[in-house]
Amino acid sequence: MTRDVEAAARLCPDAFAKPAAGRTVHAAGWSLFVALTIFCLWRTGFFDLSRLIEGAGKLGWVLGFMLPPAHNGWLGEFGWALAETLAMAFLGTLLAALAAIPLGFLAARNIVPNWLLHFGIRRFLDGIRGVDQLIWALVFVSAVGLGPFAGILAIAVSDTGSLAKLFSEAIETVNRRQVEGVEAAGADRAQRIRFGMLPQVLPVMLSTTLYYFESNTRSATILGVVGAGGIGLQLADRIRVNNWDEASFIILMILVTVACIDWLSGQLRMRFIRP
Amino acid sequence: MVRARRRRSGLFVAAFLLAVVVSSWVGEVNLTNLATGIPGALGYIAATVPSLRFGTLGADLADWFWALDRWLLLLLDTIVIGFLATVMGTAAAFLLSFAAARNLSPNRTLCFVTRRVLEIARSVPELVYAMIFVFAFGLGPLAGVMAIAIHTTGALGKLFSEVNENADLRPLDGTLAAGANWFQGMRYAIVPQVLPNFASYTLLRFEINVRSATVIGFVGAGGIGQELMFVIRQFVYQDISAIVLLIILLVCIIDLTCERIRQNFTRAGAA
Repeated sequence: MTRDVEAAARLCPDAFAKPAAGRTVHAAGWSLFVALTIFCLWRTGFFDLSRLIEGAGKLGWVLGFMLPPAHNGWLGEFGWALAETLAMAFLGTLLAALAAIPLGFLAARNIVPNWLLHFGIRRFLDGIRGVDQLIWALVFVSAVGLGPFAGILAIAVSDTGSLAKLFSEAIETVNRRQVEGVEAAGADRAQRIRFGMLPQVLPVMLSTTLYYFESNTRSATILGVVGAGGIGLQLADRIRVNNWDEASFIILMILVTVACIDWLSGQLRMRFIRP
Repeated sequence: MVRARRRRSGLFVAAFLLAVVVSSWVGEVNLTNLATGIPGALGYIAATVPSLRFGTLGADLADWFWALDRWLLLLLDTIVIGFLATVMGTAAAFLLSFAAARNLSPNRTLCFVTRRVLEIARSVPELVYAMIFVFAFGLGPLAGVMAIAIHTTGALGKLFSEVNENADLRPLDGTLAAGANWFQGMRYAIVPQVLPNFASYTLLRFEINVRSATVIGFVGAGGIGQELMFVIRQFVYQDISAIVLLIILLVCIIDLTCERIRQNFTRAGAA
């Protein structure tokens, strides 16, 4: 049986192989990919073996110093920095949500029929979102000085872009019937939004905002690296002066805090979705 | 019933207000620094906008983007970092995802260990890895690629293993019954099922990684971020807006291209 199949394959190989054209495209794609990867490896310095070996040695040395993690009496300082991080995430998300509500309504096609206005707002929001939060932090650190306030502004601005976009999408997909019902009862424009749309979109907005709070506690931990306060500042300082055991202690604190916030906001979200 | 509910929402509001007050105190936010800070920030952003006059538009633009060739090279570096980190991270995530899937893993200990490794890889922020690698391997894109690649391994490894857990196991039973070993079973029964999902997650990750690569330079790990950090620290206002604009443009182009490719994938999958 096997021999028959092999004999047939030898007789007409094309019937058992992929089509020639497909094979060529396949081979061309893969060789392009491999060439690109090799170029990138060369460009970023992965072919410098001595540097890699030396770096790996240094990395092992660092890991050795990281264990065991120790706070060396700085626990109070670290705790305060962590509280600062949480405050940054909370206030930043709150400001972003407050700013995103009017912007979200303005960017929704079914609220603002003017094509030019909502197109302009959409592109404006895209622009804000295109800039990473860390860039905003760097900008605000030089605009308002070092400290948590710069971090709050960075989170607020960058998340206004994302939240307003998500809010406007939620508003665009509301059920028309509730709005029509309120309209039939004689509601004016503002009342239509208040009683026809808001009850539908508010749970979505709340749960989205909570989700962003969660993700902001993650990102707020590193905003300090560029000078925006919080635990990241402490961590960057420790790494700068080679205090690796304290650095690993801070990293552990960050991991535990993020896990706690994840759990807490998960619980809250359940409450909002199923009141 | 109504009263209990009202009391509960009253508690919620009180807790919320308390959180606002406490975090304003901890975060050093008050009305005076809001009143001075926000106009200050707006003024700063306004200062980065160059004066373009219609009569001398060409010259003004050339003046604004005076170092375009150097910046484009740095942007290329940024893409290179994002691409390489995606390739390496995806490869590692692919290999680990089979051991991390509860239904496919050859044994429980291996599954547990792999899952914890992936967890650590994705929960430590990229920038922290980057700082450590910059210390070990020196300044430059090498550290950035490694940092983003590790994070990618963690994030994609989790997503991939979830896809694996949803795979249909009947083809695997078939191949195993025909005498395949574990590796052959994965290769011929599972991989063909999960590959389309893997591809679309990888493309999404590439977009995220290019974004990360634009800021990884803030700690000295290569790409356009290093230059941006420099001009912001030196208050070269016009260069700030020029570089930020280039970054936005790059991110938009990458997003649109990936979306196009993804659409092709899904259409091919549907056909």
